[in-house]
Amino acid sequence: MSWLRLFLVFTRIGALSELAYRANFLVQAFESLINVTVVLGTVAIVFSRTDNLGGWSVWELVALIGVYFLILGMINLVLAPSITRFMEDVQQGTLDFTLTKPEDAQVLVSVSQVHVWKVIDVLAGVALIVLATHRLGKHIGPLAAGAFALSLLAAGAIVYSLWILLATLTFWFIRIENILMIFWSMYLAGRWPVTIYPGWLRTMLTVVVPIAFAVTVPAEAISGRLTPGTLLLTLVVAVVMLTVSRWFWTYGLKHYSGASA
Amino acid sequence: MSGGSGLHRTLFRISLAVMLQYRVASVIWMIGAILDPLIFLVVWSTAARSSGGRVGDMDPHDVAAYYIVLMLVSHLTFSWIHEVFQYRVQFGSLTFELLRPVHPIRADIADNLAYKVVNLAVALPAAAVCWIVFQPRWEPPGWSLAAAGPAVVLGFEVRFMLEWSLAMVAFWTTRIVAVNRMYYAISGFTSGRVAPIALLPGPLAALAHALPFYYALGFPVDLALGRLSPGEALRGFFMQILWLVLAGTLISTVWRAAVRRFTAVGG
Repeated sequence: MSWLRLFLVFTRIGALSELAYRANFLVQAFESLINVTVVLGTVAIVFSRTDNLGGWSVWELVALIGVYFLILGMINLVLAPSITRFMEDVQQGTLDFTLTKPEDAQVLVSVSQVHVWKVIDVLAGVALIVLATHRLGKHIGPLAAGAFALSLLAAGAIVYSLWILLATLTFWFIRIENILMIFWSMYLAGRWPVTIYPGWLRTMLTVVVPIAFAVTVPAEAISGRLTPGTLLLTLVVAVVMLTVSRWFWTYGLKHYSGASA
Repeated sequence: MSGGSGLHRTLFRISLAVMLQYRVASVIWMIGAILDPLIFLVVWSTAARSSGGRVGDMDPHDVAAYYIVLMLVSHLTFSWIHEVFQYRVQFGSLTFELLRPVHPIRADIADNLAYKVVNLAVALPAAAVCWIVFQPRWEPPGWSLAAAGPAVVLGFEVRFMLEWSLAMVAFWTTRIVAVNRMYYAISGFTSGRVAPIALLPGPLAALAHALPFYYALGFPVDLALGRLSPGEALRGFFMQILWLVLAGTLISTVWRAAVRRFTAVGG
C-alpha cells in the first residue's frame, strides 16, 4: 500500500501549503455552494414540470448528483492537479526529478498535488447521497451497500485509468490540455442518467468519457435498479482499463527520453 | 471615420488568420458549446415524454426545435472575454493593448467574430445532424423569423457589452472565478439556456424578463421559433436596446476608472 502512504504524505504537504491561505477555504466553499445550487436548481425546475425523468424520481436524481459531485471532487482533489503538474513537468523537462525518485513513477505523478479544499465537493456529494437515501426511505441492506461500494470503487478506477491514458499521450504530443477539455465538456453530461440519452449519444458518453460507469452505475446501485450483469460489466471494464492504462504508461515511459537532457 | 472600416477590416483579417491556425483546438472548444444545448434538449424532451407527452406548451418536437436554434444563437451571441480578461491584467499584457491608438474592445470584437465565422463550419453541421435526428417542429410566421435576425445581432451586442463590463471586475479583484460562477448561475437560469422561459416557475420567469440575459439568448430563439406575439416582440426589442444603452454607459464609465487604476502588474 505504498501509494496510500504517498497519498497521505502529499495530502499533508498540500494541507500545510493551503493552510497558509485560509481565505481560499471560503472561496472554495462559495464556489461549491454555487455549483451544487445550480445543479439542484436545474433539477428542481425540470421536476416542477414532471414527476419523473425517464423513470428516475427526484430523490433518485439527487443521489445521482451526489455521486457526480463525489467523483468530481475526487478528480479535482488529487487527480487533475497532479496530472496537470505532470504535463507541465514533461513540457519543461522537470519530470526527471520525479523519475529519479525511488518510488513507482505512475503513483508519484498521480498523487503529487493535493488541493485539500476540493474535499468540500466530495463532502457535498456524500451529504447529497445520504440525504437522498434517507428521503427515498429505502432500507439499504448489506447487499445493496456492497454493490454501491463496489461500483463506486470501479467508477474511481475507470476515471483514474482514463486520466492516466490521456496523460501518457503527453509523452508524444507534449500539449494535451485540450484533450482534457474534451473530458470536462463531456463530464457535464453525467449530471443526468445516461439512460435518458439516445443510443448513439449514450454510446459516445460511455466509450469516449465513461460517465455511464462513473456516475450512473453507482447511482443505480442506490436506487436499486442495478442489475448483477451491469455491476459485473463495470468491474470487468475497471480491471481491463487499469491493466491497459498501466501497460500504456509503462510503454510511454520507456519511449520518453526527457526534454531537458 | 473613413479609416474606421479599414481598421475593422484589418483587425478582422488578423483575427481570422489567427483562428485558422487553431482549427483542432477550436473544434474541441465547440464540443461543450454543442453538447450543452443537446443535453437540455434530451432532458426536456424526456421530461415531456415522462409527463404525458408535453411540458407546458411544448412536445418533444418543439423542445428539439427550441434547443437546436438555441445552439446556433448561443454560438452567435456568446463571448469568452470575462474568462480571459484577468490574465491580461495579472500578467500585464493589457499594457501593450493600451499602447495601441484604438480601444482594446475593437480587437476583441474582431477576435469574437472571426471565431464565430470559422466555427460555423462546426456549429452548422452539428445543428443539421441534430435536425435530422430529433425531427424538430419549426413553423414560424414570416415576420417573426425576419425579426429574429436583428434580434440576434442586438442580443450579441448586449451580451458582449455586459460580459466586457463583467471582465473589468478583474481590475479590482483576482477572485474572478467566483464572480464568473455567479454570473453563469444567474444567466444560466434566466437566459433560456437551462429551460425555455415559458417553462420556468412564475417568480423566476418574471426575474428573467427583467434581467438582460434572456434578451441576449432566449428572446432571439423564441422569435426565430415564432413563440412570441408582436407585442411581446416589440417589448423584447425595447429591452434589448435599453440594456445595450445601460451596458454601453457602464463600460465607458468604468473603463476610465479602471485604466487609471491599472498599474501593469508584471508588465
